[in-house]
Amino acid sequence: MAAETTATFDKVADIIAENSEVARDSITPDSHVTEDLGIDSLDFLDIVFAIDKAFGIKVPVEKWTQEVNAGEKPAEHYFVMKNLAARIDELVAAKQV
Amino acid sequence: MRLEYFQMIDRIVSLDGDTIQVESRVPEASPVFEGHFPGHPLVPGVLLVETMAQASGWLILGRNGFAQMPFLMSVKEAKFRNFVGPDAPLDVTSKVTHDGSGFTVCEARVMSGGKRIADAEILLRSMPFPHPDLEAAMRANAVRIGLPGHAA
Repeated sequence: MAAETTATFDKVADIIAENSEVARDSITPDSHVTEDLGIDSLDFLDIVFAIDKAFGIKVPVEKWTQEVNAGEKPAEHYFVMKNLAARIDELVAAKQV
Repeated sequence: MRLEYFQMIDRIVSLDGDTIQVESRVPEASPVFEGHFPGHPLVPGVLLVETMAQASGWLILGRNGFAQMPFLMSVKEAKFRNFVGPDAPLDVTSKVTHDGSGFTVCEARVMSGGKRIADAEILLRSMPFPHPDLEAAMRANAVRIGLPGHAA
C-alpha cells in the first residue's frame, strides 16, 4: 500500500471504530465493510457522514451502489477497506483539481 | 397538529434554500394527554422529535421536488429544555448541515413563545417512494400545509 493510502486507511478505520461496535484492531486493509465487519446500513450512514466531514468530500454512495447493483463494478471495488481508502484518495484528489 | 395521526405540522412559513420554518399549535385536547400526564398534560418528547423530523422531511421534499421520500434514520443530541402543553404555539426550524449521498443531516429546533423547547440533530435517508399511495398522501399534505410550489 502507498503511504498516503495507509494514512487514509488509518483515518477511515478510526472512523469506523468510533461509529460502530467494530474493534479498531479487527479492521484490516482486506476487510469488507459489510461482509467482514458487519456494518449495518445505519452505522454505514454515520460512517459516510463522518468520512464526508473528515475529508471534506461527498462519498457518492448512491452511485457506487447503483454501479454494483448493475454489475458494472464488483462490490469489493468500493467496500473493501484498502479500495475504499483508494476511492477516498481519488475523491480528495478530484476536489483539489 | 393532530397528535394521534402524527400530523405534526400545520403550516410552512418559509422554505429558503437550506432552511425551513414551520408552525403548529398543540391541540387543546387529545387522548395523548390523558396518559401523558393525568392532571399535568405535556407533549411527549418523542412527539417533539417527530415534529422536528417532519419539518426536516418537508425541507428535503421541498429541495428535491418529491424525487425521493426522506425517512428518519437517527436522532442525536436531542434535548428537551422546557415543557410544552395544550394550545401552545410551536415555531419549528430546521437547517441542512450536511447534504450527503442519499442522506441529509439537519439541525432542528422547536420554540414556543420565544422559549427553547427542544433541539436535535436529525439524519434522514432518502429513497424512492415505496408506494404510490404514500407519494399521493405526501403531495396532498404539501398542499394542506402550503409547501411552496404546492399551493391549494
